[in-house]
Amino acid sequence: NLLAWAFWRLIYNPTTSKVVLLACGSFNPITNVHLRMFELARDHLEDTGQYSVIKGIISPVGDAYKKKGLIEASHRVEMARLATESSEWITVDSWESQQSDWVETAKVIRHHYEELLAREHNRDNVDTVKYTKKRRIEENYIASSVHHRKRDGPQLMLLCGADVLESFGIPNLWKQEDITEIVGQYGLVCITRCGGDPYKFINQSDDLWKYRKNIHVVHEWVTNDISATHVRRALRRGRSVRYLLPESVVRYVQEHGLYSADSEQKNADVVLAPFQKYSDASTSG
Amino acid sequence: MASCRAPLVLLACGSFNPITNQHMRLFELARDHMHSTGRFEVVGGIVSPVSDGYGKQGLVPAKHRISMAKLALQSSNWVTVDEWESQQPDWTETVVTMRYHHGQILKEYEQSAGRHSDTSGNFASPSSPFPQLKLLCGADFLSSFKTPGLWLEDHVEELVQRFGLVCVSRGSLQPERAVHESDTLFRHRRNVFLVREWVRNETSATEIRRALRRHLSVKYLIPDSVIEYIRQHELYTEDSERRNEGTALRPLIKQAHQPIKSLDD
Repeated sequence: NLLAWAFWRLIYNPTTSKVVLLACGSFNPITNVHLRMFELARDHLEDTGQYSVIKGIISPVGDAYKKKGLIEASHRVEMARLATESSEWITVDSWESQQSDWVETAKVIRHHYEELLAREHNRDNVDTVKYTKKRRIEENYIASSVHHRKRDGPQLMLLCGADVLESFGIPNLWKQEDITEIVGQYGLVCITRCGGDPYKFINQSDDLWKYRKNIHVVHEWVTNDISATHVRRALRRGRSVRYLLPESVVRYVQEHGLYSADSEQKNADVVLAPFQKYSDASTSG
Repeated sequence: MASCRAPLVLLACGSFNPITNQHMRLFELARDHMHSTGRFEVVGGIVSPVSDGYGKQGLVPAKHRISMAKLALQSSNWVTVDEWESQQPDWTETVVTMRYHHGQILKEYEQSAGRHSDTSGNFASPSSPFPQLKLLCGADFLSSFKTPGLWLEDHVEELVQRFGLVCVSRGSLQPERAVHESDTLFRHRRNVFLVREWVRNETSATEIRRALRRHLSVKYLIPDSVIEYIRQHELYTEDSERRNEGTALRPLIKQAHQPIKSLDD
C-alpha cells in the first residue's frame, strides 16, 4: 500500500524537488541519534509533498578542526561507514576529512552541490528520453558557476540539530556571509526537541528571518538527549554503549580501544579552528 | 574474607509491544550498575513478554511479540526471551512469574551443584552462592504501584523483600520520589537499586507504534530485523491499536475483590 501510494505521488506530483541532505559534524562517534536525524528529516520533507529525498551524506569534520577529544578522522569515517551499511540512502563522504586545513561548512556544501550538479548533468547526458530537460540542465549548469539554486534542479540542504542553528550566534564561529549563503541559497533542515525554540532564534536574526522559508524545522516529539559526548563518557568509564550505536560501531570501538581518558584530552589546550581563523582575520584587520 | 559477588539474574516483565533498543538498554545499564556495586555478578537476563490475557490496548498477539524479541536479542550473549508467562491461559501476576523463574534458577543451580537442599531449601555453600533474581524495570513501572487495583499489597511486599528491584530511569528523579512516597518501598529500600542514565531518552514502544501507524521511519530505534518482521506481518496499524479498546486491564478485574494495595500506607 505504501509503495503504491509513493508511486502515485511521484507520478502525479512531478514537481517534487529532489533533495540531498548533508550533515556536517564531528561524528565522534556516530550514534543512533545522528542516524535518526536523517530519517526524521526525510519523513518531514516528503510529508510536505514538495520534496523527494534521494540521498543523505555524512561528512565528518577533519582533524584540523581541533575540537577537544576529537579522534582521528580515519576512525570516525570508518565508523560512519559501518553505521550506514544497512542504509539504502545514507552515505559517508570523506572529502572534508581529507583536507589538511579545516574547511568552512559553506565550502563543504558548495563542494557537494557542485558534485551533485555534475552527476545530474552526466546522468541526463545518457538519458535520451529527457531531451528537453537535458537542454535546460545544460543551460542551467553553464550558468551555475555562481551556484544558483535551480527551480527544478536538485537541492542540497544542510541537516543539523537545533544546537547548530543556535551556534550561528556564537561570535567568530561562523562568517556572516557563510550563514547567508547556507540559508539563502541552499537551505537548512533543523531537528529540534521539546524545550528548544528554533523559531524564536530565527525570529531574532534578520538574516535567518529573511530566509525562513528555507529553514525546515522538524520536531522530534520524543526526547532523546543521548549525545556522542555521553557515549564517550560511558566508554571512558567502561560502561556499555550497546543499543546507542549500531552494533558494528560498538564492535569497532571495542576492537580499536577508542575513547579513553587520554583521547578526551586531545586538543585540550588548542583553540578551535574557526575561532583561530576568524580571530586571526580580525586581528590582522 | 574475599568479597563474594552474588550471581544475579535480571528479569524484565512487560508488553514488549514491540521490543525496542530502549528495552535492551535497560539490561545493559542495569548490568553495569550492579557490577559496579561490587556485590553482584550479572549472569543472565530474561525478557518475559506478558500474555495476551493482559488486555492492554494495542497489544498484538504474543507469538509476534516473542518472535520480535527473539530477533532483537539474537546478537546478545546474555539476555534471552522466555515464553512461559505468555503461554499461561490467564494474565499472570508479576510476582507469580518471578516465583516461577526463581524455581527454574533453583533447579539449574541444584543440577549444577549436584547437591540436594534440606527441607527448608537452604544451602550452605559459600563457594557458590545461590543466584538471586531481581525484577528489572523502568521508572514508570515503579510509579505504577500507585495505580489503584493494579497491585496487591502482599505482592509488592514479596517483590521488594524476597526478590528486589532494579529500576532504571532516564533523566528524571521520579524513582527516588516513588521510593520516598511508599512506606513499603522505603522499608526495603536496600533492595531497590536505582540506576540513572543521566540523559533523557523518552523513546517508547508507544511512540514506535505511533510512528509505524503513520508510516514514519523507526530505523535506529529498534533493530532492523524487528522492522523487517513488522513489515512482513503488517503489525501495528490503526486497527491493531484499537484492540482491547474499552476493555479493562485484566489485573484490575482479577484483583477487584481482593485487598487492594494502597500506597499511602
